[in-house]
Amino acid sequence: MYDIENYYNASTIEEAVRLLKEHPDTRVISGGSDVLIKIREGKMAGTSLVSIRDIKELNGITKKENGDIYIGAGTTFSHITNDPVIQENIPVLGEAVDQVGGPQIRNIGTIGGNICNGAVSADSAPTVFSLNALLRIEDGNNGRTVPIRDFYLGPGRVDLKRGEILTHVIIPAKEYQGYHGNYIKYSMRKAMDIATLSCSVVSKVNTEKNILEDVRITFGVAAPVPFRCEKTEAALKGQEISEKLYEMTEQSIRQEINPRDSWRASREFRMQIGGEIAKRALKRTIELAGGDRK
Amino acid sequence: MVGKSIPRVDAYEKVTGRAKFTDDLILNRALVAKVLHSTIGNGIVTSIDTSEAEALPGVVKVVTFKDVPDHCYPTPGHPWSVEPAHQDIADRNILTGRIRYYGDDIAAVVAEDEVTASRALKLIKVEYEEYPVEIHPRKSMYGSNPPIHFDKKDNVLARSNFFIGNVDEGLEQSDTVVKRSYKTSIVQHCHIENPISFAYMEKGRIVVVTSTQIPHIVRRVIGQALGIPWGRVRVIKPYIGGGFGNKQDVLYEPLNAFLTTQVGGRPVKLEVSREETFCNTRTRHSIEYDLTAGVDKEGHLLAKDMKAYSSQGAYASHGHAIAANGLTAWRLQYACPNTRGEAYTIYTNTPTAGAMRAYGIPQAAFAIECLMDDVAAEIHTDPLEFRRKNLIQGYYEDAYLKPIAANTNGIFQCLEKGAEYIHWDEKRKEYADQTGSVRRGIGMSLFSYKTGVWPISLEIAGARLSMNQDGSVQLQIGATEIGQGADTVFSQMAAETLHMDVENVHIVTVQDTDVTPFDTGAYASRQSFVTGTAVKQCAEQLLQKILDYAKTLLPEQETRELSLDHGWIYAGEEQVLSLEALAQEAYYSLSNSSVLTAEVSTQVKKNTIATGCCFAEVEVDMKLGTIQILNIINVHDSGKLLNPQLAQMQVHGGMSMGMGYGLSEQLVLDEKTGRPLNGNLLDYKLMTALDTPDIKADFVELDDPMGPYGNKALGEPPAIPGAPAIRNAVLHATGVAFNEIPLAPQRLIEGFKKAGLI
Amino acid sequence: MIKDKVLVRCVVNGKEVAEYVDPRESLLDMLRNRLGLTSVKKGCEVGECGACTVIIDGETIDSCIYLAVWAEGKNIRTLEGLEKNGDLTRIQEAFIEEGAIQCGFCTPGFVMSATVLLERGEVLTREAIKKHMSGNLCRCTGYQNIVNAVEKVMLEQQETEGV
Repeated sequence: MYDIENYYNASTIEEAVRLLKEHPDTRVISGGSDVLIKIREGKMAGTSLVSIRDIKELNGITKKENGDIYIGAGTTFSHITNDPVIQENIPVLGEAVDQVGGPQIRNIGTIGGNICNGAVSADSAPTVFSLNALLRIEDGNNGRTVPIRDFYLGPGRVDLKRGEILTHVIIPAKEYQGYHGNYIKYSMRKAMDIATLSCSVVSKVNTEKNILEDVRITFGVAAPVPFRCEKTEAALKGQEISEKLYEMTEQSIRQEINPRDSWRASREFRMQIGGEIAKRALKRTIELAGGDRK
Repeated sequence: MVGKSIPRVDAYEKVTGRAKFTDDLILNRALVAKVLHSTIGNGIVTSIDTSEAEALPGVVKVVTFKDVPDHCYPTPGHPWSVEPAHQDIADRNILTGRIRYYGDDIAAVVAEDEVTASRALKLIKVEYEEYPVEIHPRKSMYGSNPPIHFDKKDNVLARSNFFIGNVDEGLEQSDTVVKRSYKTSIVQHCHIENPISFAYMEKGRIVVVTSTQIPHIVRRVIGQALGIPWGRVRVIKPYIGGGFGNKQDVLYEPLNAFLTTQVGGRPVKLEVSREETFCNTRTRHSIEYDLTAGVDKEGHLLAKDMKAYSSQGAYASHGHAIAANGLTAWRLQYACPNTRGEAYTIYTNTPTAGAMRAYGIPQAAFAIECLMDDVAAEIHTDPLEFRRKNLIQGYYEDAYLKPIAANTNGIFQCLEKGAEYIHWDEKRKEYADQTGSVRRGIGMSLFSYKTGVWPISLEIAGARLSMNQDGSVQLQIGATEIGQGADTVFSQMAAETLHMDVENVHIVTVQDTDVTPFDTGAYASRQSFVTGTAVKQCAEQLLQKILDYAKTLLPEQETRELSLDHGWIYAGEEQVLSLEALAQEAYYSLSNSSVLTAEVSTQVKKNTIATGCCFAEVEVDMKLGTIQILNIINVHDSGKLLNPQLAQMQVHGGMSMGMGYGLSEQLVLDEKTGRPLNGNLLDYKLMTALDTPDIKADFVELDDPMGPYGNKALGEPPAIPGAPAIRNAVLHATGVAFNEIPLAPQRLIEGFKKAGLI
Repeated sequence: MIKDKVLVRCVVNGKEVAEYVDPRESLLDMLRNRLGLTSVKKGCEVGECGACTVIIDGETIDSCIYLAVWAEGKNIRTLEGLEKNGDLTRIQEAFIEEGAIQCGFCTPGFVMSATVLLERGEVLTREAIKKHMSGNLCRCTGYQNIVNAVEKVMLEQQETEGV
C-alpha cells in the first residue's frame, strides 16, 4: 500500500494538463518505476498523482515521411528495443534502453519518465543527447519543442513547468541518417543496476577517405547532467581513423569530463573508466560503419 | 534411498506456489507493526513525544523503550548453556533509549494498516544527545566515553588466544618470513524472503509464527526477553524463504511478542523491510587479519601467527564465536609445529554482525589462503605444490577441541579433481608471462570445516516416527528445512533405515514448538549429521518395534528371523505379512492394539571435518577494472552424499555467494554515522543471473565413520573458498596481490595503477 | 485523502475479476490480499528482486511497483494459473527435474519469467537466457540449475517443432 494522498487518471493530454493545473500538489506518474519507489522511500510519501498511462497518443513509435522519428513519451523501454523502426534506424537507442534495470522494469519504465526525472544516470539520456533529439512538450495551448540539451537544468531537475507534459522524443532524420551509434553502460552488475558511468557515441564515417566525418559523445554520470564532450568532438572531427584517433579520444575525454567523488565511485576511477569506454564506444561505431579501411 | 537424487519432497508445493510462507498465512488480517529507528549512530534519547502519533486515527498502540522490560537478553541461535560462564551475552533490550548504531530501535507503532503505521512513525518526536561514532574495530578497541556497553570499558566484547609450540623461535629459524594484512567486508545474507513474523495470544499464551531457522531457540529467547515462563510461548515455523544464518538469530520476534501483549492479544504482523534487513538484522562480520608465516628452505611451514580483529557492531549477537571459529581453522589442515592465534571481537557503532553461512570461516579462509599464495610467490613455488607440501594427509585432530578431527580427509583427492578440471599445470605455465591490459590467470584455495558445534556447544536433536494405518510413517523433527533440502534427506534417511520407499515417509515440514521434538535448528551444517543421527536412531527403534509386533502376529514364525523390506515382513526369505496388514492390526486389533511410534532425543558428542577447494580461471580487463570468471569449480569432501543433486545445488548456491563475496558484495557504511549507504538490493551488488558464470560442482565421497550415513558438513562450506581462489587467480594474472575484498572495479583500478600496469 | 475505492475489472488466470480496490494498493497487494494468490511474493517492494513477477498482457512485470488500478482491462497471469488440475507445465516440471528449487521463495517469479520467454518460442543462447532471467534474484541456487531448466525446455520445444 502506497502513501498516496489523491489519485487522478487522465485519458487525454488536455485532461492531464487540466488536472495538473487544478491540483498544484500533484505529480505525473507514467510507468511508476521511479515515482512509486520514491513514495515508498518517503521522499514523495503523501503525494498526489496524475496518471498519464491511459493517454493513447503517448504510446508508440512512428517514422514521419521526412524521416523524423517520433517516440511517444509513454513508450516502454522494451517496446522501444523491439520496435522495427528503432531497430532499423537507430539501433543504438534500442540497445541503450535494453540496459535499464531488468526485463520487468523495461516492461514498465518509459522513455519519457526516464528523461523527465532528470537522473544523470538514465540509460536513455546519453544516446538521446548524442542523437540531438528534440522534445515535444504540450501545455494545452501551443506547446513547445526544445532540444534535449536545454531540457536538463540540474540533478533531478528538468525544464518542465506545471501543466506541461512531455509527449514525444523526436529524433530528426538528419541526426541519425548515415550515423552509427554505440552505448556503453559501466555498472557494477550486468543487470539490475544504474550506471556508474555511461557513454554514448554516435558517429559518421567517410569510408572512402577513412576519416571520422562527425562524432557526438555524451556521458552519463560525468557531470550533474548528461554531458556532451564538445571539445573532444571538435578535436576528433575530420581526423583519420587510426589507433592514434582512439588514443586521442581517451586522453581528450579525460581532460574534458568532470565526474565527482561519491561513495559509489571516486572521481579518479571515473576518469579512468571514462577515457576507456569513450574509446571503446567510438571504436565500435567505426566498426559498425565498416571499420578502419586501411 | 540414501545416496539417490530423488526430487525434493517439497518441490511440487514450491513450484506451484502452494507452499505457505509466513506472510501467506496471515495476509492483511492482522494489525501492522512498524519500528522507529534512530537517526544517529551513537548517543541517548533525551526526549520522546508520541502524543501526535497516538492521536492519529488508525493507530492502536505506540510503545517506546520506556515501556519494555528493563532487563537485557541474548539473541544468538546457540543452544542455551546451563553453566552461567558459557551463556550468551545478554546486552539487548526490546527497544532502547541508548542508541548504539544508526537505526537502533527506539519505539514501535501498531496500527490498523501500514500507511497509518508509517505516518505515525513520522509523528513521533525524538531528541538525542549525540556521542562520537566509531565504525573501525581497531580504533574502537581502545575504548570510548561512554563505552558502547557500560560493562565493556574498552569496547572489547571478548579476546581469546592459543599457542602451539613457540612461534617466535619458529619464525627465527625460518628462511623466509612473510607478513601480510588482509581485510574482509561486511556482507549481508540477502535471503529473498525478509524476516517476518506475526504474533497473537491464545489461552493466555503468546503464539509467534515466524520465518526462522531456530524455532525452539526463538521460544526460549522470547521467554527470556519478556521475562515470562518459556512454556507460555509457542513458536511456529512455516516454509521459509532462505536464512543463511541471519535467521539463526532471534530478530524482531521478542518485540512482536511484546506488541501483541500490548494490544490485548490481537494478531500483530511485523514485516521487516529490505532496507531494515540490511541495517537492523544481522550481517557477516568484517574481520581484519595480521598474518605471519615462516617457511624453511624446502618450503615447509615452520611457524604461523594470526591476529584477528572482528567488528561486532552494536550488539553481541553471536559475538566472539565467529572470530574464535577462525582461530580454530588456523590450527587445522596445514602441518606447522609452531602456531599461534589471537582474536578480538570489538563493539563498533555499526549494524550488528551475526551468523552467516560458514560462520567466520570465509573471513579466515580468505586471509589464510591469500597468505598461502603470497608465501608461495615469495619463495617462487607453485601455490598448489606449496599447499600439498604442507597439508596433513589422512587423520588429524584439533589440538584443543576434542573430538574435532578429520576422520576422513579427502583434500588431496579434491585438489586432484580441481586441478585437472582447470588444467592447472598447463595454464599456470601458459599464463605466466603475459603482456597487454587483458590478462588471464588461475588460482585456487581450500578450507576445512567442522560438522556441527560439539564440543563448543551442546548438540541435541529429536525425531519422532509414527506408523500410519497403511504402513506409511509420519516423520517429525525439530530441525528446520530452510531451503537446503533437510526435509528431503531426512525422509531418505528414514526410508533407508526402515527399508521403505521414500513416498511412504511423510515428513511434517512445519515446526511448532508445542508439537515438534526439541532440536536447536538449522545452523553449523549440523542437521544431516546431528539430526540425521536422531532420525536414524528413531527409525531403528521403530523398525525394532515393527518386528517385535510382527512376532506377536506371527507366532508360527518363532524360529525364523523377521525382517522388513518395502512394505513386507519377511520370515527368512519368505514374504509373510504386509506392513499395511500389520499396521491395521496395530491400530485396530481388539486384543493387541498399540500404535507403533518411536521418539528419540539424542545428544551427539561427535564432530568431523569436511574439506574442499575451489579452482578459478579469470580474465582481467585492467583498464576497465573488471574480472570475468571463465571457469570455476568447487570440489567437496563432505563424506557420502545423501542426495547428490541436492548436494550439487548446495554447492552452486555457496559458490555464487563466494563469488559475490570476492567480487562485488559489500555493505558500505557512512564514516560519520555508520549508516548503511547501500542497504537495498539495487545498491548492494548481489549477483544476477547475468553476472554469474556457469559453475561446476564436484565431490570426493569418503565414508565418514562419524556421520550417521557416512556424511559430514555440506550446507555452509561451499561459500568459503571462492573469494580467495578468485583473488589468487587475479594475482596469477596480473601479479597484483589484493588483500581486501571485494575485488570491485575501483579497488582493481587503484591497484593496477599503483603497480604501473595501466 | 483517498476515501473511495475504485472498481477494477480484469482477467486473472483466465477468470474475469471485478474488485473494488484502494487506489493506493499495489497489484501485489490486490493479488495476495484480495484474491489469495500467494504465489506472488514480496521481497523488496521496489522492483529489484522479481519475487512478485506476474505476466500482464504477455509481459513480465513486478507487481509490487504496479498499482492495482492499472490492472483495469488487463490480462494477468500468476503462477497459480499455470497448472491445470495439478498437472504442471513443462517448465515447472523442468524446475523440479533440474534441481532449480531450494527455499522456493523466488521460484514463482522465476517460473513466470521463464514462462513468457518459452512462450515466445525462440531458441536463445545461455547468455541470452540469463539476460531474460536477470530481473529475478535468487540467493540459493547460483542460477545454474534455473538456467539449465529453461534451456532444457527451450531445446525440447525446438525438437518438437523440428518434428
